[in-house]
Amino acid sequence: MRIQLNGEPLELADGQTVAGLIAQLDLVGRRVAVELNLDIVPRSQHASTVLAEGDRVEVVHAIGGG
Amino acid sequence: MSQVRNDKPFTLAGRTYQSRLLVGTGKYQDLEQTRVAIEASGAEIVTVAVRRTNIGQTPGEPNLLDVISPDRYTILPNTAGCYDAAEAVRTCRLARELLDGHNLVKLEVLADQKTLFPNVIETIKAAEVLIKDGFDVMVYTSDDPIIARQLAQMGCIAVMPLAGLIGTGLGICNPYNLRIILEEATVPVLVDAGVGTASDATIAMELGCEAVLMNSAIAHAQNPVMMAEAMKYAIEAGRLAYLAGRMPKKLYASASSPLEGMIR
Repeated sequence: MRIQLNGEPLELADGQTVAGLIAQLDLVGRRVAVELNLDIVPRSQHASTVLAEGDRVEVVHAIGGG
Repeated sequence: MSQVRNDKPFTLAGRTYQSRLLVGTGKYQDLEQTRVAIEASGAEIVTVAVRRTNIGQTPGEPNLLDVISPDRYTILPNTAGCYDAAEAVRTCRLARELLDGHNLVKLEVLADQKTLFPNVIETIKAAEVLIKDGFDVMVYTSDDPIIARQLAQMGCIAVMPLAGLIGTGLGICNPYNLRIILEEATVPVLVDAGVGTASDATIAMELGCEAVLMNSAIAHAQNPVMMAEAMKYAIEAGRLAYLAGRMPKKLYASASSPLEGMIR
């Protein structure tokens, strides 16, 4: 299946979870926040949230700013 | 002369801070310079931006929040770069998730890339949604006293008018508007944006601001770490001068040394 990750298309195995995606992106243990189709996915639900074709996922972190 | 002001602690969302200097983390050379400058500033509240994670790039790179630890500093995520209310609200919700439920945010909704002037209409729309959603909103706004009053009445916990445009370093461009905002203030008023050097920060504090937020004035100084320290003293000096109450201005001289006992 294909999702949009941070505005770019990404091929994923069917049934992939948010936690699986984070692992695939090498972001385990990093301080990131996830939004799925405009809704926040709390960290406690990463493992139980299954992604679907066409999902729009945003993964963000903190950077320098004023 | 009898109007000596009593010091009041600087409190935001129920937490009291010793430092009245808030600093940003943008525009530094690297994370190490960011860390050292912020330490030198004595700031306890530090703003950060929220952006898409670069996928697949430099995975081992240190994270800003590894250097500016949320255990040590109060992290104030901002909505810089947002041009409408919906985008700003999304950013705040992501920030809250990122910081484990921390509700303090700096709301800024911009109108125009050339001036980075706030879009107050979108700012008010976003503030309404965020306050309802339980956020403690510190709001960046224009130096319009009527808007400042309205934002405070809505429930923003601090109103932060610009003293000059973001990143210009032009200083306190309209102290008279700030004075009106400060006279009417029912929540902490902080100058956010415009400060260029230490004297600007002092002027803001002498006017009676609760605190000052700055980024470029430190990060774009020739020596950011030294300027960070200068700002610490500038804020303290301005606060003390405000509490002490300045002498009245006079047109003509008034001798400081007594006239009695002169040799003639």
